[in-house]
Amino acid sequence: MPSMTAPRPLHDRALDNLRYIRQTMERAGSFTAVPGWGQVAVGATALVAALVAARQATPELWLATWLGEAVVALAIGGSTMVRKAFAVHDPLLSGPGRRAGLSLLPPMVAGGLLTVALSRAGLWNALPGTWLLLYGTGFVTGGAFSVGIVPVMGVCFMVAGAAALLGPAAWGNWLMAAGFGGLHIVFGTIIARRYGG
Amino acid sequence: MARPGAARKTEPVEREPARERSGAGMRTAELDRLIHERVRLGIVSALAVNDSLSFNQLKALLKTTDGNLSVHARKLEDAQYISCTKSFDGRIPKTEYRLTGAGRRALERYLDHMEALIRVTRQG
Repeated sequence: MPSMTAPRPLHDRALDNLRYIRQTMERAGSFTAVPGWGQVAVGATALVAALVAARQATPELWLATWLGEAVVALAIGGSTMVRKAFAVHDPLLSGPGRRAGLSLLPPMVAGGLLTVALSRAGLWNALPGTWLLLYGTGFVTGGAFSVGIVPVMGVCFMVAGAAALLGPAAWGNWLMAAGFGGLHIVFGTIIARRYGG
Repeated sequence: MARPGAARKTEPVEREPARERSGAGMRTAELDRLIHERVRLGIVSALAVNDSLSFNQLKALLKTTDGNLSVHARKLEDAQYISCTKSFDGRIPKTEYRLTGAGRRALERYLDHMEALIRVTRQG
């Protein structure tokens, strides 16, 4: 007796199985504890920092404002990442979490050292581009071990960094607002909605 | 549910069409039923890209229940496709799974089988 529905072709089922294996491997090999809402919060504080920094009379005070923001962002980002890692059982110190962290670290250390060197040389205008570019580089390299949207965010930061390095000096602070503020808020919201917080 | 003791059995599934079309090129076209099941395929695939995964990590990753994961992991363990280590993290019991050599080979055979099926049906 003929069945009511036609069986799925072998070809389709085999493709479906291969797709499932690939997706499972991708999820299992990815660091998923990227805190979306944490990034939104970091973005909000960065927008405030940009407004405060723009009012500073000297480059030293402008730098101090952004360094203060970096400390606040690190605290927010770090604590929300730890919270999410516990929630999704994603270890921070082993597997993809460790690989993502180790890939993220070198550009951040380079950024710190360049901040000291450029400040000593009085090259204040080079700081926004350097920060955005290296921050983006960190997310491109570290993002290779995370969900696909993270390296995309990194590329956007790198584009903002390139614009800050090559564009007029007056753009610097506002590109920082667009990058550390706007990009964090946009990508943080997407990550939170797609990857659970 | 599979019968106890049937875990290592490989059954000839979807074999006829594959053999018909491919001829002698697909002598080993037998599907490993043990990892054909979705949760078990997920466990093996996830462990293939990690040194080890805990019970809770696998449960979150595969979005399944404790009981379901337990049953399927036990079948893979019985077949020696995965190994299981139980320990304590402070006072909390921790179960850690690893893929064995046999499990990795089974996954490779399964992948070969799926690719062969696609090749054969495309030729047809």
